[in-house]
Parts: sequence; structure tokens; C-alpha cells
Amino acid sequence: MSKRVVIPIGPQHPALKEPGSFIITLEGEKVVGAQVEVGYNHRGIEKACESRTYIQNLYIIERVCGICSHAHSTAYLQAIEELAGVAIPRRAAYIRSIMGELERLHSHLLWLGVAGHEIGFDTLFMYAWRDRELVLDVLAMLGGNRVNYGINTPGGVRRDIDPEHIQKIRDMVDIVEERNKYYINLALGETTLHARLGGVGRLSHEEVIKFGAVGPVARAAGVAFDVRQAEPYAAYDEAQVKVITDDHADVFGRTVVRVLEIMESIRLLRFLLDNLPEGEIITKMPRRIPAGETVSRYEAPRGEDVHYVCANGTDILERIRVRAPTEANWHGMSHMLENDYLADVSIIIAAIDPCYSCTDRSIVIDNRDSGQQTIFDWKQLRQYSIDWYRNRGVDPAKLANRLPRL
Amino acid sequence: MAKRNIIEKAIDWSRRKSPWIIHFNAGACNGCDIEVVDALTPRYDVERFGMLLKGTPRHADVLVCTGAVTLQTRDRLKRIYEQMPEPKFVLAVGTCACSGGIFEDCYCVSGGMDTVVPVSAYIPGCAARPEAILDAVVKLLTSLEKSQKAIDN
Repeated sequence: MSKRVVIPIGPQHPALKEPGSFIITLEGEKVVGAQVEVGYNHRGIEKACESRTYIQNLYIIERVCGICSHAHSTAYLQAIEELAGVAIPRRAAYIRSIMGELERLHSHLLWLGVAGHEIGFDTLFMYAWRDRELVLDVLAMLGGNRVNYGINTPGGVRRDIDPEHIQKIRDMVDIVEERNKYYINLALGETTLHARLGGVGRLSHEEVIKFGAVGPVARAAGVAFDVRQAEPYAAYDEAQVKVITDDHADVFGRTVVRVLEIMESIRLLRFLLDNLPEGEIITKMPRRIPAGETVSRYEAPRGEDVHYVCANGTDILERIRVRAPTEANWHGMSHMLENDYLADVSIIIAAIDPCYSCTDRSIVIDNRDSGQQTIFDWKQLRQYSIDWYRNRGVDPAKLANRLPRL
Repeated sequence: MAKRNIIEKAIDWSRRKSPWIIHFNAGACNGCDIEVVDALTPRYDVERFGMLLKGTPRHADVLVCTGAVTLQTRDRLKRIYEQMPEPKFVLAVGTCACSGGIFEDCYCVSGGMDTVVPVSAYIPGCAARPEAILDAVVKLLTSLEKSQKAIDN
């Protein structure tokens, strides 16, 4: 057996723009073990939400992630609207869907650019990001901001779409469609791209199900799951989504799924604009949400986004839990990295379109170095946390009485 | 301060004309980071001011930093700052980097960028627009030029 080398990558690294740390064990050039350490972006959003009102939470939830901000705010609002028993107007539902599809457009174009950059195809990076600007212009026109649009509000949306806006969206969609045809040709026909990405970062159909991967990662392995189709929200009960799948189960498959999803988003956008109903865009929403708990699902560009909200009858929520799509995709990461080359690490990591700011709620450690996996059960995990604090001079037993009981 | 000799002048001139930047996310929501990268792409094209995004702090003159500093990244940010060669500048991009913003009182957040490293320019905005980032860069370079001329006179 050749000598093993351990290379730590991150948290600051040239490959990605966000802090994440990877400890890669190499045998020669081959990756034999990978340890993923996230948590650098943990800001404590869930806790912060517990001391703010529902309206204030909307703006902090929107800033869970700057790329899928609409996904998070819509998922959160769907939950509290369900608890309050409020049905939003159809026009508002359509506008939410339109924003969601525009967001998917810009997010997939962004990913395409980043993926191009990772494989040394900087021309694609510049092309994709230039086209993405057109989408951002439209988002800024509709929401008033390029990144966190702030169009959502409890009970509907804050801004209406005028016929003038519709025309501008149509113009943009036409250009992006034309450009995207070029990307589809590139993804499906370019032999160098296939040679570079084919077979890299494999996660088979069974493994996707085993690790609970979501979004384009799952669909690239032939798992035809899309929340928009499985459990329609907003306007997706009328705008039928065709689920895009592929059977390559590698980075190449993920690329194909994403470029084809851009086409599907464009089709959906045209449908939503054609069938945009007249009427109100907002309905009255109570300040206090009745006690109860619910789970809301949303198909973010990266996969299924789950929000759990527990309300206690006041204007401040009891507990919120955000399960961002990237968090689900991390579990399969060390399997994707294994048996690939060091040079492929950055594109494999980029291929799940990781969003650390979304994810950083927990830490996943999969220790391959010893060839064994340790699984903590609840008791061990609890003991671990007690020991952790005790080693730092804090005795949880003494603190326990001071914590408020729920 | 003593007047600069011809070589120092040449170094200062070239530094002004091609400041290399490094980007670090200290706990941002990704919004400002994407806008920083956006500034490099064709519509804004920050490279026309001679700026080049580098992967390592040892090559960089300007640290472009986004986000409210989380406790996890605080020490890393300090280390990255210390690794940069003198003279070095820090741009705090976005409201979170300026003051902590919406995350100010979160339990895992240390606050704005200036609680950890000295900041040369603050760029507010949620997210800071690429135009604002370009403007800050140009202002930083202009102030650098002024201070260098002031040494000579």
C-alpha cells in the first residue's frame, strides 16, 4: 500500500466562494477518504428567529441564503399561512411561482458558470454570468433588489406585476432561451466536457436514496422527485412541472439536468405569465399565529427545502427548523469524493451546488481514515456534548436548572 | 516620512494600477459574495482597473470580506489578514460586514468586520451592488494615490 497523505482544504480556498473545510486523505492521486467540516457560516438564525415577530422573521429567513432567498421565505410563509388558516390570492400564488422560476433560472446559470470555472472553462463562466445579469435585471425590476427581493409578505406578495413587466420578462426569457440552447448543445455535444465530467463524482440511484440526496443530484441519478410535482404549492397545481431526470448519476448528469431544467423553467414562466389571474395580491393575515406545528416543503433550485415551524399562539414563534437542500446533499459527499482524483475534488464539491450559508446548521463527520464509521446514538451524543462542555470548564448539570423549561 | 526614491515610486505606482484581491466569506448569506464575483464578470468587469482575484492571501493586496464574522471564522479571518503582505487593505462588503447587520445579536456572531481586522472602506447594502463595490475600489485607489503624493510634497 502506498503512503497516505492528508490534505486539508479550506476554509478559505480558491475553489469556492464560501468557507467550508475538507480533509482529504490521498493515496497517490486518489482520494481514499474525505471528511467534510462545515459550520463556518453558522450564525444562529434559528435561535434569532425565536426572539423576533413573524414579520421580522421573514427578513431574517430571507437572508438564510442570498441565492435561494425566495425559496426560504416562501417555505417559511407557507408554513405560517397554513397555521393561520389563510389562503393567499391566486394572483399572489402565481407571482410567487414566477419569482421562484426566475430564481431557478439565475441560480442554474450561476451554477453553470461556477462549474465551468472549476473545470478550467472560464469562457463558459463569463458567458453564463453575463446571461444571468439579464435575469437579475428582471428580478430587480419586480422585487426592487438584485439579491434579496423582499417580494413576499405574510398573506401574499408586496408588489404587483404590470403588463409592462410581463413584456420585459418575455423579452428576457426569449434571449435566455436562445442562449440556453447553446448551453444544451455544449452540455450534450461537447466531447471535452463529457470526457472531463463523465464518471466523476458518482452517486448511484441506490446511494441517492440511501443518503437522502435531493434536487439535481437525485434527478441526475434517475430519481424522479420534484416537490413542485409531488406536492404542488403556490401555482404549481395548474402549472404542471415535467420532472427532468438523467441516468448518468455523475457530474455530467447533474450538468445535463440543470441545463434542461432551465428550459423547463422558461416553459413554466411562459405558462404562468399567460395564465396570470386578475385580482388581489394580498389578504389579511393575523399578527398572532394559533398554536400548532407544521412542515412546509419547497423545491429550491438546489433541491427540496423543508421548514418546520412550531407556533405557540403569540406573535413570536416557538421553534423553527430549516433543512436546506445542501444539508441533505452533504451526506453523500464523502462517497462521491472517494476513488476520484484530487483534481476532481473541486468540481465534485461544486456539482451539488453547495450553499454553506443555507447548510450550516449541523456538522457531519464521516471518518474514513480508520476504515470504520462511528454512529452516535442519542445517549452517546448527549454524553459527548456534556463532556465537551465539561472539558471547557462548564458543568451542564449546574446550568440545567437555570434554563427555562418549555 | 521621508520622500520616496524612484524605485519606491515605481512600486507604489504599480500597486495602485494592479491591486490583487482575495475574497473571503466570513459568514455572509452568499448574496454579497455572488455580487463580488459578479463584479468580475463581463457587465462590470473589475479587471479593467487592474484587479485580479487571487486564491492565496500571500499574493493579495486587498482583502474583500463579506458577512458578519461568525465565531468559527474569526480566527481564520485574522490568520488570513496576517498572511497578507504589507501594505494591505480591507474592504467590508455589505451591511453585515459593516456592522453585523441583521445578524448582529446572534449568539454565534462576533459583529462587523472591524471587530476583528482594521477596515479601509465600508460598502453598505444588502446585498452591496457591484456598482457600489467598483466605486469603493476606485475610491480606495484614489485615496492611496493622494496619500502617496502627500508623502512626496
